[in-house]
Amino acid sequence: MKSLLKILRDFPAYLWSGWGAIASIFLFIAAWDIGNQVYGDMILPSPLETFHTLATLFKDPDFTQGLMITLRRAMVGFGISLVVGTALGLLAGFFVTASIVSRPIVTILMGMPPIAWIVLAMIWFGMGDATVEFTVIVASLPIVFVGALQGTRTLEDKFEEMADIFKVPLMMKFFDIYLPHIFSYVFPAWVAALGMAWKIVVMAELLATSDGLGADLAMARSQLDTASALAIVVAMVGLLMVAEYIFLEPIKREVEKWRD
Amino acid sequence: MARLKVENLSFSFGYDTILDNINFEIKEGEVVSIVGPSGGGKTTLLRLCSGLLDRQDGKIENSFETQAIAFQDPRLLPWKNVIDNIAFGLKAMGVSSQEREARAKEIALKFDLEESDFEKFPKELSGGMSQRVSFARALVTKPKLLFLDEPFSALDIGLKRELQDHVMELIADKEITIFFITHDIMEAIRLSDKILLLAPDPGRIVKIFEFDVPQSQRDDEYVYTQTAKLLSDREIIETFELEFK
Repeated sequence: MKSLLKILRDFPAYLWSGWGAIASIFLFIAAWDIGNQVYGDMILPSPLETFHTLATLFKDPDFTQGLMITLRRAMVGFGISLVVGTALGLLAGFFVTASIVSRPIVTILMGMPPIAWIVLAMIWFGMGDATVEFTVIVASLPIVFVGALQGTRTLEDKFEEMADIFKVPLMMKFFDIYLPHIFSYVFPAWVAALGMAWKIVVMAELLATSDGLGADLAMARSQLDTASALAIVVAMVGLLMVAEYIFLEPIKREVEKWRD
Repeated sequence: MARLKVENLSFSFGYDTILDNINFEIKEGEVVSIVGPSGGGKTTLLRLCSGLLDRQDGKIENSFETQAIAFQDPRLLPWKNVIDNIAFGLKAMGVSSQEREARAKEIALKFDLEESDFEKFPKELSGGMSQRVSFARALVTKPKLLFLDEPFSALDIGLKRELQDHVMELIADKEITIFFITHDIMEAIRLSDKILLLAPDPGRIVKIFEFDVPQSQRDDEYVYTQTAKLLSDREIIETFELEFK
């Protein structure tokens, strides 16, 4: 609660520190515009045209509906990864055998290209929600799992000893000793998993469904509608940036403030 | 009267005997030091007495109501600021947040920490400051029995003296009983009523030195002469292998 208030209090200062980021985004857009002048509208539509297309897309109920479908799939997949991955990671971290056994499996899961999972999922689940959500889970769950595992494995005995001398009650031990440490590992993993989920959901949709942003992207490709394709990409990147920089980054700063 | 009584205590890790038949007693208000070379089982003995390690053979009777430790490394929680670190033991005792903040601030000032340091995290503190915070955390709970596990060993002489003076104040008021581990004989002479010499392999008490002069009356000269006396003691020479120098 106290931390939450602190996050809100520091928020304006945090936003103010974002001018540099905004300047670099404008620089990127300028480079994009140069690209447009060199290669023409067919290859790379200008930023202005792209943003126009984006505005008209947002007025189209079909598009916003598709966006919602994509968001829902990403959130379902990410949510399950978050809950299950964290729980399993913590559990594995508390038992040496479990962490030794799970490591190679996680390496296999993380090493497997998502595109291979999509192909398998299409065979197993057909074309639809389940395929997309499965792929999202399979790609983002290991990230969360590893974060939770590392957080638990790196807990230090010396703090526990110190707490035992003061006869610290179990609940307080959990909240004051285990949680801050574990959370500082788990939270960045959640952020990384969210980014992964968002990328994978569009890729899976492009191949395996007829609705959602990915399907819209596939449609734009088949009609050689570069402006729409770019507009959809901008929408995807924009949403992720809002989620990361407006919501997650301030929390992350507060949570990790004590770290070296 | 509360006491810490150790009888026929032995301890081993696997086939390695760390402690062999240890017997001693610490009465309320006493300062007892364990002196011995590194790796001789001093810390193991302290961990057994404080309940951090489970006893194997022998008896340990600890009838002090409350206890605290100042470790060699400060062991501050990196995610808590100075005040919350000091108040940690109080929080475990269920003291209200207002009271523990007030008490933590009071002792922090007494230990020469500045008000501008209160909100700092351990990563921003120097080694000496961290050790002060660690000491304050142990003492703010007003423990009846205080374990000191070489907490001064990494400090410069000025700071060492300063923290020792805080301990001396508590000793003078007979508020506290101290079980003190050190490899610094001079430090032990300055602070203790009794020094137990712990010889290694396996750890055993080979000699007990007692000092009758109250700590407050021990001037430098007293400490130096006593140190010289101890350093020429045959058991000390053998235990620390001084003749090989």
